[in-house]
Amino acid sequence: MEQVKKITVYIMGKAYKVPADQTIMGALEYAGYQLVRGVGCREGFCGSCATIYRKPGDYKFHMAPACSTLVEDQMYLSQIPFVPTDKPVYNIEKLEPDYTAFEKVFPETFRCVACNTCTKACPQDLEVMDYIQAIIKNNISECADLSFDCIACGLCAIRCPAEMVQHNIGLLSRRLYGKYLNPRGKNLKNRLQEIKEGKYEQEIRQMMTMDKDNLVKTYHGRDIEPDYRDVGAD
Amino acid sequence: MYPEYMQESLKKIEKSRPQRLKLAKSGEPIFSIMSAQERETVLKKFHPDYKETSKRTIKVGPNKGGLITAQVADILEAHPRVNIDNFNLKQPDYTTDLLIIGGGGAGCAAAIMAQKEGIKSIIATKLRTGDANSMMSQGGIQAAVNPQDSPVWHYLDTIGGGHFDNKPELVQAAVNDAPLVIDWLENLGVIFDKDKQGELRALSFGGYSRKRMLSCRDYTGMAIMRTLMDEVKNHPEDITLMEFFPAVELLLDEKGHCAGAVVYNLETREYFTIKANATIISTGGFGRLHINGYDTTNHYGATCDGPVIAYRAGARLLYMDSVQYHPTGAAYPEQIAGFLVTEKVRGAGGQVLNKEGEIFVYPKEPRDVETAAIIRECMERKMGIKDHYGRYGVWLDSPIINQIQGEGFIEREYPAMVRQFKRFNIDMTKEPLFVFPTLHYQNGGVEINEKCETNIPGLFVAGEASGGLHGRNRLMGNSILDYNVFGRRAGMYAGRYAKEHKAGKLSLEHVKRYQKQLKSAGIETDKISPVLLPDYTPEPVRDRQFTAHYEGTLR
Repeated sequence: MEQVKKITVYIMGKAYKVPADQTIMGALEYAGYQLVRGVGCREGFCGSCATIYRKPGDYKFHMAPACSTLVEDQMYLSQIPFVPTDKPVYNIEKLEPDYTAFEKVFPETFRCVACNTCTKACPQDLEVMDYIQAIIKNNISECADLSFDCIACGLCAIRCPAEMVQHNIGLLSRRLYGKYLNPRGKNLKNRLQEIKEGKYEQEIRQMMTMDKDNLVKTYHGRDIEPDYRDVGAD
Repeated sequence: MYPEYMQESLKKIEKSRPQRLKLAKSGEPIFSIMSAQERETVLKKFHPDYKETSKRTIKVGPNKGGLITAQVADILEAHPRVNIDNFNLKQPDYTTDLLIIGGGGAGCAAAIMAQKEGIKSIIATKLRTGDANSMMSQGGIQAAVNPQDSPVWHYLDTIGGGHFDNKPELVQAAVNDAPLVIDWLENLGVIFDKDKQGELRALSFGGYSRKRMLSCRDYTGMAIMRTLMDEVKNHPEDITLMEFFPAVELLLDEKGHCAGAVVYNLETREYFTIKANATIISTGGFGRLHINGYDTTNHYGATCDGPVIAYRAGARLLYMDSVQYHPTGAAYPEQIAGFLVTEKVRGAGGQVLNKEGEIFVYPKEPRDVETAAIIRECMERKMGIKDHYGRYGVWLDSPIINQIQGEGFIEREYPAMVRQFKRFNIDMTKEPLFVFPTLHYQNGGVEINEKCETNIPGLFVAGEASGGLHGRNRLMGNSILDYNVFGRRAGMYAGRYAKEHKAGKLSLEHVKRYQKQLKSAGIETDKISPVLLPDYTPEPVRDRQFTAHYEGTLR
């Protein structure tokens, strides 16, 4: 085991010596915190561990997920246990996939002052302001595309001077795109019809009742579709 | 950037790449696929499940005398969290038609379907809604939608991958419902990857005979989970969310039917009773038990709580002797040890290499076989690398993917992973990934039938907490499918059950009976379960916590 050098971090103002190779979350636990809030998937997907910090001699207000950000010497940090957001109730069936949906559900979207603070806050490096502006320009697809990787940590919403909740707005755009705008091919429709008609029922039942030796033989003898390139990829 | 001592090996990877690229482009398998016999040999010798110490006989409960993964047996044979005499069971604190324990993928799908049946439900969940392994799955969901594929091939692949131990009626339900689930999710607004004609893009992976895995970039779990959560929150009148409220015991009634649960407010430390006509357990898996000392890909909350409380109430478990190790977890750097490196990387052409830069296994063997082969390469053949933290690993050549699939492929298809590694100064488009198997999935769980019913009337289980669908080895893409198919089914069938049955007089006597069984089996333990949260408090801190009191892992 390598000896890792220790550095000092200030957790809510209190100094702790922690190994320099820790993540912020690792450092919190190393220091003795048992986490209930501000912890989740620990791999950068769930957005539970939004953390704000500053560094000496640096006027900047930094933001990062604690689970996948390394500590730095003298960093002073605080986790955000919960981001209060308004989640308006809507019926997706009754919305149109255009700006009118946002007028109804998130009218504050149109208060965007294009200050770009949200984009600077995003730990995923998403173009948050651009996806909000896309809605104002009635481009739902662009909003869905640009917000796709959002982990809903809420850091943009905390910083926004127009007081909107960007991650919920992005989510609505994606739901509208997925439901109404993403093109639908024939394959799924055909398959649903076949299943409805019971086309595969008998064959499956046959396998369900096959003795194990035969099943094993059938499995190992099955032909494998060659090559791993996409089906239907452009 | 990898440290100096790995550089020599990295040079060998670079050197062998052109030759390996040629091989990949030839269309032939890049390494011989193992025969049934070879698979069995490598599994027996190297898969952690086959280690003698990894399982033991359980002494109490419905599976008494059966083999169970040792760490799971330890928490099954443990004391309850709370003295049941404290409760006034005449006056439940909450009453509902349907109680759903666990607000991950299965729980949210269930609530949405129950709502359609006109059923009111409470989702009681340990952390936030959507705090679940469901959120984290990168790869995708299996559904036979391509013309050259069919539910029959899906059935055969699944049951063969599971070593023919899968419950046939569960596999049948899963493969038939799969296209239906995709349609349902699209209608809820999930954005699947498609071609210009709008056909779903399908890829092939370990153990597949057809291209069947559908995805939403490498944020598939997140895309689906966030949509389901959002839809749940669109029905506040019918679905009540209780967050930071894990269940610690089930409630039964005088007939022995499930009648709700005792839940615990993680912050105020109060206990409450919820009376329900039907109950669904959808608490997910057990990665945070760190079985056999392995790192895990799992969520912080994955501590096997559901099967524990169900077992105490008399529910049978199935295949709880079986653990899935994902062949490729990150092994370097230390801070992200255990992170999932999705199978998609191998699916798109990523090659698993030893320290000499040689291919030593077909990259699309079923997960358990691939895992065992990597362990063999490190432990027996000594062809892996040991890092300075003492972790073993082999290389997963990611840069070759862009050479096979075209420049920009990795950046476009794996934005989550590129980001994760970039945060630790590793550029996966230029450098290979250092990987080793990581604890990934609970193959078994509470035994269910195709309606998600258990042997306890009124108790339904769905998702990773259940057992049977995957046999003893799950194929990639069948877990998202699992929680959607059976989450939906649990919501429908439990909803219908709740309409027809009224919970009777609440009782916790089964907990007392279980404690008596522990005593008469001579079990002495200081363990408390359900575990609820893992404990990562370092020893030196603990040594100074003179007045801190721990209940199990909770301070």
